[in-house]
Amino acid sequence: MRGNGRAGARWRMAALVAGACAAAQGGAAAAEGPSAPAAADAARRGAYLVNGMGCNDCHTPYKMGASGPEPDATRTLSGHPESLAMPPAPPLSGPWMATVAATMTAWAGPWGVSYTANLTPDSETGLGRWTEQQFVDTIRSGRHLGRGRQILPPMPWPAIRNMTDDDLKAIFAYLRTIPPIRNKVPDPLPPASAPAQ
Amino acid sequence: MAGEPPASLRETGLYADWTTKTVGRGNLPYAPQYPLWSDGAVKARWIHIPPGEFIDARDPDSWEFPVGTKLWKEFRIGGRRVETRYIERTPEGWQFAAYLWSEDEAAAPLAPERGARATAEVAPGLRHAVPSRYDCRVCHEGRPVPVLGFTALQLSPDRDRNAPHAERPDRDDVDLRRLVDRGLVRGLAPSLLRNPPRIPARTATERAALGYLYGNCAMCHNARGSLAELGFSLDSPAARRTGDADAVLTAVSRASHFTVPGASGRSERVRPGDPAASAVAVRMGSRRAALQMPPLGTQVVDEEAMRVVRRWIAEDLAERTPQRRASANREEAKR
Repeated sequence: MRGNGRAGARWRMAALVAGACAAAQGGAAAAEGPSAPAAADAARRGAYLVNGMGCNDCHTPYKMGASGPEPDATRTLSGHPESLAMPPAPPLSGPWMATVAATMTAWAGPWGVSYTANLTPDSETGLGRWTEQQFVDTIRSGRHLGRGRQILPPMPWPAIRNMTDDDLKAIFAYLRTIPPIRNKVPDPLPPASAPAQ
Repeated sequence: MAGEPPASLRETGLYADWTTKTVGRGNLPYAPQYPLWSDGAVKARWIHIPPGEFIDARDPDSWEFPVGTKLWKEFRIGGRRVETRYIERTPEGWQFAAYLWSEDEAAAPLAPERGARATAEVAPGLRHAVPSRYDCRVCHEGRPVPVLGFTALQLSPDRDRNAPHAERPDRDDVDLRRLVDRGLVRGLAPSLLRNPPRIPARTATERAALGYLYGNCAMCHNARGSLAELGFSLDSPAARRTGDADAVLTAVSRASHFTVPGASGRSERVRPGDPAASAVAVRMGSRRAALQMPPLGTQVVDEEAMRVVRRWIAEDLAERTPQRRASANREEAKR
């Protein structure tokens, strides 16, 4: 239990680091954005926010293209590929805090291993059954479905939670319009130092 | 949205005399029969209903509290006051706050909005966590009404002596009957006084297990709140005294989205006869951040409750496996 507490403290620190990095991203978009969008424009506004804030950087798997790593357009926003089983993360020491898969969809650090979520509207493996309110609550609270487990690094929810309700709803509206992709993202793994339970 | 809570516990009106910590006469003590586990903290609770006002109990599972209602819950760890949580219904809405006691108990200022760590330890090296104000809402706003421990079932005179961490009510504690007699609860169906709320269960173990799930999980896992569409309710409606409980209907032999480590076949919320393959028991028995249930408010596994829940799954449910699984399969096939 004691070890769990220390690990928790370490990954909360990591969350702050990730959040601070993303604050610059999100802040730029918010400052530039117009006032609350009209309902009819919500999805368009959401697309603008998703693309401008870098959501694809982690939620769309990267693949090696002719000019180097590029987002896999056949898996847009579908999270860590179910088919890609990751080997154990390499041990880190000193100032090195985290490591990331080539796909940018699996991250390992003091919090354990986190896999980026499937944001497509697939009803079984994505956000298909989510409500708009659950999405907003998730970002605001940093908890799955707004009530459950903590959202792990590097998801920059501490920055994104500062966005307006209208912007968060616009993002959700856009995510309803993208093609559903069936892809069950693995559950996160605890830190190697965590107790057995 | 309600405004900023009072800056100190002293200003909330709990005590008539701060120096002696004498609770005001209008603040009524109560003890829910299925207490929330908070890492072993010893609790005391009070409610204040403004004079002339009453709780509208026409909906037995969603009581309507008048503006001006206040509730306090005091946490003692190691014999001293550590934290007091506070809920008030203001004209603008419900307000949540936590007050952190100084070690000499001379002061209890408002805790930071983001939460805090007390100096008191709930286990060696593990300090009591005071929730952030948002986390208060995470638990309390998972139902239509944010008051969780003050319900018809929790205050039923037909108390469950086998409930994990059952508290013996003090002489002055109010229960359902006293509240109705004093006119503080009105509109309650007379049948709920003739036959006070009691969880339908086939055994004492099942009753205690379902009660624990009600008191510790149903604030989120219910059929009326924001997670209703999960189809996973651990709730116990006050008026239901017969038939299967929600937990039996929606958890037993039901598929789980959570992958139970090491379990063969599909993952199930509750697998009769096998606690180790039951997502509910596995997650209750974990305190890994991404796995534990409840996901907040506790850092130490409730071993007493785990024994009850595991026994319910291993023994009580095992006897009902064939018919329960067949029924669940039929219902899932229809969906």
